[in-house]
Amino acid sequence: MHWINFPLIVIMVWSGLRIYWAEDVYAFGFFDWEWFKFFPESFYESLQLNRKLARGLAFHFNFAWLFTINGLAFVIYTWRTREWRELAPNRRSLRGSLDVLLHDLRIRKEEPPKRGRYNEAQRLTYSLVIGLGALAVLSGFAIFKPTQVFPLTWILGGYTSARIIHFVVTIAFVLFFVVHILQVARAGWRNFTSMVTGYELVDIESEESGESVRSAPPDPPQEAADA
Amino acid sequence: MPEKPEISVEAYRKRSRRSLLTGGAAAVAGLFGWRWIQNQPETHNIPNVLRKGHEFNESLWKSLFRHDHQARTFDRDAASILRLNGRIGLRSEIDLDGWQMTVKGPDGTELGRHVLDDIKRLPYHEMTIEHKCIEGWAQITNWGGARFSDFMRLYENQLPDDISHVYIQTPDDQYYLRNGNRTRDHYYVSCDIETMLHNQTLLAYNNLGEPIDELHGAPLRLATPLKYGIKQLKRIGEIQFLTEAGGDYWGERGYDWYAGL
Repeated sequence: MHWINFPLIVIMVWSGLRIYWAEDVYAFGFFDWEWFKFFPESFYESLQLNRKLARGLAFHFNFAWLFTINGLAFVIYTWRTREWRELAPNRRSLRGSLDVLLHDLRIRKEEPPKRGRYNEAQRLTYSLVIGLGALAVLSGFAIFKPTQVFPLTWILGGYTSARIIHFVVTIAFVLFFVVHILQVARAGWRNFTSMVTGYELVDIESEESGESVRSAPPDPPQEAADA
Repeated sequence: MPEKPEISVEAYRKRSRRSLLTGGAAAVAGLFGWRWIQNQPETHNIPNVLRKGHEFNESLWKSLFRHDHQARTFDRDAASILRLNGRIGLRSEIDLDGWQMTVKGPDGTELGRHVLDDIKRLPYHEMTIEHKCIEGWAQITNWGGARFSDFMRLYENQLPDDISHVYIQTPDDQYYLRNGNRTRDHYYVSCDIETMLHNQTLLAYNNLGEPIDELHGAPLRLATPLKYGIKQLKRIGEIQFLTEAGGDYWGERGYDWYAGL
């Protein structure tokens, strides 16, 4: 479920950009001053995103179901195995996340404690990203069938507003992804294998054996088998 | 905090190997799946499996369609004239005074002809809705005209019970010069009967209270907030009632046939 997300999100963002190309009106700026336009022409050209609207729609509206089903499966799994306890942030998480951030930026020396498998910043961002995934799906349906699911479109402020939300969520996803990859790379190979196997190789001081393996509770276990 | 079971290094290595193999196999399978989609034979310009997906979406959303699901309406003040997008079927001249609309049954026999006054005699309805383009833009506009359901009632007794779609096209014999060649100027759509009978589906002849101008579909066009703009045919020349889906200009060019909202 975790790993299936990778190709699914890549496909959703890629096909979404092909759709967005047809009406690329969003930009950062104030009034007439445009600071950054989503996206420069060279961006579309280098990724071959232009003039592919029909195909973009076809991929997007099909893979959206896989993304939704996978997300639901993940939530149900996390609920049933009570793994959500490892993930859920609490009121200490905000403060704790700041400590982690300061540590990661080499401003704070001592490493903030983990609570269970994840530290506070991980709890906060991973939970937010799950929320982001849900928002991507909901805002997606709100612009896919605005009349048939009108209460949803209404909650998100109408069609135009839901489309902006959908776009912002995508950008946030991509930014998360970049940081996520950097962090995994920084955490090292052992951490990466633990993401795959569900077990972490740990050196422990012991009289009989020099080395043993302790589980880092699965993430979830044997995820690769589902991929 | 949950328990932390330990396993031996050997078991761990075995696990790693197994994970690596399954992960690798999954990645390869994924790549093959991707190639498989790209290499599929195409139906109307998109790979078959994606077309099937469109059809799945169509049957799902058709079953969720309700006549009392109304598209959002807005204040008349918020309405403006739509931006122009696409002139297919409008590139040739039209004689507005001589305009007539043909109506046909499923077997192609002509059931009737109408001038604009026939449509104007039906009850008048106005709506201010958000028009949505499949490209992503949306704009609020105002349409006035007759409900298609009222129009269809004129033919109640001449039609079989199993009408499932309505095919609409621009006037039959339109041509224009394209790079010096005489080219047919033809736009056509087919639309499911449920949407056509919805009370927000109009045969529109007014736009913000004025007669629709030529490039927005004079003298008569289809207007419905339940479909993207690609289905809302401008300059209607012929309407045919069908018992199965008919031709559809953009549906044949890679887009979703249903295009419902």
